[in-house]
This record gives sequence, C-alpha cells and structure tokens, in this order.
Amino acid sequence: MRTAVFASRNTKEILRDPATLIFGLGFPLVLMVLLSAINAAIPKEAGMKLFEISNLAPGLSVFGLSFFSLFSSMLIAKDRTSSFMLRLFTSPMKPHDFILGYTLPMLPMAVAQSAVCYAAAMIYGLPFNAGVIAALFVNLPIAAVFIALGLLFGSVLSEKAVGGICGALLTNLSAWFSNIWFDTSLIGGWFKTLTDVLPFSHAVNAARAAASGSFGDIFPDLWWVIGYAAVLLAAAVIVFNIRIKKS
Amino acid sequence: MNAIETKDLTKRYKDKTAVDKLCLTVREGELYGLLGVNGAGKSTTIKMLSTLTRPTGGSARVLGFDIVKEAGKVKELINVSPQETAVAAKLSVRENLEFTAKIYGSGGAEARERAQSMLERLDMTETARQKAGTLSGGWQRRLSIAMALISNPRLLFLDEPTLGLDVLARRELWSVIEKLKGDVTIILTTHYLEEAEALCDRIGIMARARLKAEGTAAELKELADTDDFEEAFIRIAEGSK
Repeated sequence: MRTAVFASRNTKEILRDPATLIFGLGFPLVLMVLLSAINAAIPKEAGMKLFEISNLAPGLSVFGLSFFSLFSSMLIAKDRTSSFMLRLFTSPMKPHDFILGYTLPMLPMAVAQSAVCYAAAMIYGLPFNAGVIAALFVNLPIAAVFIALGLLFGSVLSEKAVGGICGALLTNLSAWFSNIWFDTSLIGGWFKTLTDVLPFSHAVNAARAAASGSFGDIFPDLWWVIGYAAVLLAAAVIVFNIRIKKS
Repeated sequence: MNAIETKDLTKRYKDKTAVDKLCLTVREGELYGLLGVNGAGKSTTIKMLSTLTRPTGGSARVLGFDIVKEAGKVKELINVSPQETAVAAKLSVRENLEFTAKIYGSGGAEARERAQSMLERLDMTETARQKAGTLSGGWQRRLSIAMALISNPRLLFLDEPTLGLDVLARRELWSVIEKLKGDVTIILTTHYLEEAEALCDRIGIMARARLKAEGTAAELKELADTDDFEEAFIRIAEGSK
C-alpha cells in the first residue's frame, strides 16, 4: 500500500516536470526526424544501413531510456537533500517502500516511451508487427540498468551533480558505446572492447533483433543486459539502504 | 501520562557529544519549547525522539514506547514538520495532504476526508489545487504543518516552523499553532525567543549539549533574575545562572 502511494507520488513528480517530455520524448523524436532526413539524403549505393528506420528506431528507443537515469536520480537527490525525505523517514515507511516506490513507476513509463518511439518510427515506414511489441519488453532490462544507475547516483550525489553525471555524461557515454550513431567496430581497439563490455550495444542489438522479428538473436545479448541490471539494482539497493541509515 | 520521558539520553559522535545525559519530561497536551543556540543539541534531541537517529546512551520513551526497541510504534504516533520546506513540489496542496494521510495508513476515502478537514482547519481551502512548489514560504510552512497533523499524531515536532518568514506570515503561523494547543502535544524548537515566550507552556533551555533549565517563561525569568526573557535566556545559556 505505502509502496503504491509513494510510487504514485513519484510518477506525478516526474510526469509533471517539463524536462521529462523534453528529454524523454522530444529529444529522441527530434533525432529520429533529423537522422531519417540524413538517411534519405544518403545514396543507396553507399550501403549505409545504420540510419535506416529498422535500425534507428530500436537504437533511439534505447537511447531515450538513458534519460531515466536523469529523471530518477534528480528526484531522489532532490528528496534526499530536502527535508521531504526527513519527513518520510519519520513515517512508518520501510526501506523497501522507498526502493520499489522509486523504481516501479519508471518501468511502465519506459514501455510507454519506447511505444511512442516505435509509433513515430512507423511514420517513417517501420512495419507494425509482433517484433515491435516484443521490442518494448526487450527494452525493460536496459531500462532497469538506467533506473538503477539513477538510484545509485541519486543516493550519493547532490541534485546539481546528478544533472551533470546522468544528464550529460551518462547519456553521452551510453550513446557512444551503443552502435546507434556509428559502428564501433570501425574504430576498433579499446573503444570496441569497451563497447562489447558495456551493456548499451547489447541492449541495442537485442532491441534490433526483436523489432526485426529475429527472436532467436535476442539472446545472448539480452542476458548481458539482464546481468548488468541485476548487479546494478542490487548495488543501488545496498547503497540506498546505507544512505538511509546514515541520514 | 507523559508524552516524553528521557533518562540520561546521550548522543555522542566520534569527537563530539551532541546531547549529554538529557533528562526531560513533557506532559501530554503540553506545548514544550526547546531553545538553544546553534549546536546546543536541540536538533539531535528531536532526531533521537523522532527515531531518526539512535542514542548512544540513556533511554527515552515516547508516549510509553521505547524509541529504540519500539521505533515502529513511535513512528505511528508522532509526526514531524521539519525545519526546511518538506513538501512534494509538483503535487497540489490537496495531493500532498492525501499522500501523507495514505502513508500513515488511511484508505482513499478517509485520506480525502482528512485532507478536506485539514484544508478547512488551517484555512487552506483556496490553495487546495495549487502546486505546493508555487506557494509562498509561509504557505509552504502552513502546508508542512498540515501534513504533519493529518495523521492525527499524539506528538508533533515543529522544528523552527517560522524560520525565515516575514512578521505577518510568522504571526499567522503562531495563530495556527495556538489553535493546536491542548489537542496535541507539541515540541517546538525556535530561535525566536518571543515566539517561545508567547506560545509555549514550558520551555527548556539547552546549551553545550545539556539541558540548563526548564520551566514557564515567567519561572525562567525569575530564575535568571530579570524581567526580560531574552536576557534570561542569555544568562541561563551562558551559565551565569
């Protein structure tokens, strides 16, 4: 009950923030328009497939989710550094009410955001099929990764600092090491190695496989992401609990 | 029954004693003022009594429950209006009230009823639909107190409720607090001595982690041998009385 009440409050706080619409939906959609225009200008003979809508839409749906780290970390940092958290700490709320209350509302929002991204992609010719539906759920583990990072950073950093770390640094890093904007194998070396180690490109690969209906190719990439999600969520819970006790 | 009973309540940090062997008794229904200069130990005392931090020595019972062993029970009976603004900025005034009621266990219908009653009791009906973040400082404090009251606490901690407010907003909040007298036990911390003198049934003065004196404002003035409450506070806090 308390978890649901707190989750409802967090949902309202996030959805009523204009930054949610600007970064969560507006920015990925603007990129889709721009990159589709660029793709239309590239001659077919060039063989450039990265910006074709079947590749672009899954990539952008994953990129859009990176802003969930910003949303969750900002909310948590704001609550933590204001007296609002103090008020809640003196209430009968338990640590699991806080963690689930911050995490659970983000998951349906992540599905909704991906759905909007794929719906927009259909304007550019992406066919609607079971693969698109599957892709919405294939994105959940990477959404959990970003939410967990938000919980982690929001638990330890100030509101100002999380804006820089999650808003600028993390969204850029997750974009560079994702194979969305360029093929990292063209760069090779440590850059490619890091891309393979981090979960972002695996999430994009899994989303592309799902969206194209190649369900057999969703794994093992998705396992990689699920592993990251599990470890980061566990770390976030531990760090958040430590911070609660310290507070 | 006493609302608060502490016996040698102590909080030590690594190299500092924040509260030293505090023995305090607050009766139910009383408005008790806790005064002291910065670092005197007021906030740490409030944090211990509201179960936010564990004491390192001594014991305390709040409404009959041990603050360490029965912290859960204590939390259900108390509420706190913290020093700084403690409202959900993007929720409306009514939503903030309903949210707090539900956190303390009210169902949807009961939460709505309690919110409406609180809006009327604290004259906030006109601002019910306004987002809390857009309220003035005084109204945010009023909302903060309303959020603390909506759970029908038997013990309410008001930590510097009028800090930073202009004279008019402060006087308005005084009348809100005065209306609560008798219904609920209140522990009020403040730096405004005239506020304590005007509102509190009894006042405790803390200095250097210890309770130096307690009594009514008149008794404290008599103890310090002065007619001026500010002078009495200074003499007691500095230890000359």
